[in-house]
Amino acid sequence: MISCEEAAIICNKSQYKEATFLEKMKLRFHLFMCKTCSAFTKKNTEFTTLCEKANLQSLSEMEKVKMKKELRDKL
Amino acid sequence: MELSNNTMVTHQLNPEKWVDLYADYLFNYAVARVSNSEIAKDLVQETFFAGLNSAKNYKGDAAERTWLIAILKRKVIDHYRKINSNKGKAEVRINYNSNSDSDGDWLEEQVADPFSKLENDTLENEELGLAIQECITKLPKKQSLVFTMKTIQGISTEDICNELGINPSNLWVMIHRARTALMGCLNQNWY
Repeated sequence: MISCEEAAIICNKSQYKEATFLEKMKLRFHLFMCKTCSAFTKKNTEFTTLCEKANLQSLSEMEKVKMKKELRDKL
Repeated sequence: MELSNNTMVTHQLNPEKWVDLYADYLFNYAVARVSNSEIAKDLVQETFFAGLNSAKNYKGDAAERTWLIAILKRKVIDHYRKINSNKGKAEVRINYNSNSDSDGDWLEEQVADPFSKLENDTLENEELGLAIQECITKLPKKQSLVFTMKTIQGISTEDICNELGINPSNLWVMIHRARTALMGCLNQNWY
C-alpha cells in the first residue's frame, strides 16, 4: 500500500498524463481505501478542468527577461 | 511613530518587480481583447513603459495591479483606434442575408439569442483565467515558474528539469505544493 504522499504525487502526474499504468493501479487501489485522497483527487481533477477552461496564457521566460531588460533601461 | 507608519495603508510602485508579478496577468487580459499574442505582448510592454512615465502621478490609492490594468485598458482602446483610423475601416457593414427565404423580419433575426451560453461562458472563463493568474502571482517564485511552465506552456518534465537544474521528484513536489495552494486560493464558487 502506498502512502498518501505518494498517492498525491501520482495523482498530480496523472493530471499531466504522466503516470505509468502501474502507478495508476496503485493510486486506484489507494483511493479505494482512503477517503481523504479520493476527495483530493476529485478536486485536483476539477482544477485541471478549470485550468483548461480558463485558456491560460503566459509569456515565456525569455520574453520576460527581454521585457525586464527594456524596462530597466528606462528606469 | 513606527506604529503610525505601519497602519497607513498606501500602495507603492515597484517597477523592478512588475514583469514577475503582473506580466502574465496583463497578458491574459490583453490576449482576451486583441486575440493576437504578439500585439498583446507589445501592449503589455507599452503599459509598463507608460506606467514608468507616469509613476509620479501615482497617488497610491489603488493597488499597483489595478493601476496597471487601467493603463492597459487605455492601450487596448488606442490600439483599436489606430487600426480603425482609416475612415472606411470604421464603417459598420451589415448585410441582410439574401440567400435565405425569410423577408421582412430583419431586426428580429439579428437579435442575440438570450439562451445562448456562448457569450456568458467566454466572459466567465476570462474572469476565471484572471482569478487563476492572480493566485499564481501569490505563489513562491520557483513554484509559480514550474507550474506555469508545466501547465500553461506545456513544457515536458525533462526539459523543465534541465532548464531549472532540478530532478523530477523535486518537480512533482513543487507541482503538488503549487496546485494545493492554487486550489485553496481559488474562490470556492469556481468549483
